[in-house]
Amino acid sequence: MSTTAIIINLLALGCLVFALARDRGRTKQAMGVAVKSFVRILPAVFIIIVIIGLLMAFAPPEVISRLIGEQAGFGGLLAIAALGAVLHIPTLISFPLAASLLQSGAGVASVAAFITTLTMIGAVTLPLEIKELGRKMAFLRNGLSFIIAVIIALTMGAIL
Amino acid sequence: MKQDATSTPPRKKARKEMARGYILLAATLVAAAVILRIFPDKVTAATATTRSYFLEMVTILPAVMIIMGLFSVFVSRELVVKYMGKASGIRGIAVAMLFGALPTGPLYLAFPLAAALRSKGASISNIVVFLSAWACIKIPQELIELQFLGVKFMAARLILTIIFVAIMGVFIEKIIEWTDNRGIGVSQKVAR
Repeated sequence: MSTTAIIINLLALGCLVFALARDRGRTKQAMGVAVKSFVRILPAVFIIIVIIGLLMAFAPPEVISRLIGEQAGFGGLLAIAALGAVLHIPTLISFPLAASLLQSGAGVASVAAFITTLTMIGAVTLPLEIKELGRKMAFLRNGLSFIIAVIIALTMGAIL
Repeated sequence: MKQDATSTPPRKKARKEMARGYILLAATLVAAAVILRIFPDKVTAATATTRSYFLEMVTILPAVMIIMGLFSVFVSRELVVKYMGKASGIRGIAVAMLFGALPTGPLYLAFPLAAALRSKGASISNIVVFLSAWACIKIPQELIELQFLGVKFMAARLILTIIFVAIMGVFIEKIIEWTDNRGIGVSQKVAR
C-alpha cells in the first residue's frame, strides 16, 4: 500500500471513530450510503481500469503525445478541454484515466484542462442548472469555467 | 426546500442506471477479451497495467466511500443553509467553498440547494463559488487525485482552482448586477 493510500484510510478511520462517538444511528445510516455508492460506482471503476489496460497496451505514446502532448499546442489543449466539458463520466474514475494518459505522453496542461472542465462544466446537467438558477447565471458560470480551466491548465503546464 | 423529481431520482431509476452500469461492464470485458484474443502479444502489457491500477483503486475506494457517506449524513442541508445564508465577503466565499467541498452528493443535488440558498439571501458570488466548489473541489475527488496524480499535481490544481473560482464568483456577481441594472437579459430567477 502506498503512503497516500495509508493516509486516506487513516483519515476514513478517524472520521468513522469520531462519527461513532457522536451518533451511532446516523453512522450506521452513513455506512448504508457508503455501501450503496460503492456498488453504484464499481462497474464504472472496472470499465475504466480495463480501458486503461488496453489503452496502455495499444496506444503508442508517440500518438498520445502528438494528440495531447507538449507538441499538440494550444489547439490540442482547447480540444481536450472541450471534450472534458461535453463528456459525462464520473469524476472519480477520470483520475486513473488522467494518470495513464500522463504516463503515456500526454502533457500536464492537457490533463489538467481535461479534469477541470470535466468536473466544473456539465453539458448534461446544464438544463437543470438553467431551470434552478436561471439562464444568465448558468451560461456565465459554465462559460467562465471553461476559460478559467484553460488558464489553470496553462499555469500548471508552466509550473510542473 | 424544494424536492422535485430532478433533485431526488426515484429508486427505480437508480436501480436501472446501476443495471446499465453492470451491463456496460460485461460488454467491456467481452470486447477486451476479443481484442486480446486477436492480439495475444498485448495480453501481458494490458493485464499488468489493469492489475496495478486495480490495486491502486481497491486500496482507497472503500475509504473514500466511507468518508463520502459520513459527510452526506452528518452535514445536513439545514446546516448549509444556516451558515451560507448570512456569510458575506471573503468569509462568505470561504464558507461557500468549504460547504461546497464537503462530500455531500452529486452535482444535480447542488442546483436546487443553490436556488434555495439564493432565495434565503445568499449572494450571487457565494452561490457561484458554492456550485463550483461542489463540482470540482470535492474532498473525495481530491483524495483520488492525490493517489493517482501525486501531491504536486493535486496541490497545484487545488490552489489554482480555489483562487480562480473565488475570482469567478465575484466577477459573475458584478456582471449580473451590472446587466440587471441596465435591464439586459434579466431573468426572474436571478434578479433580486
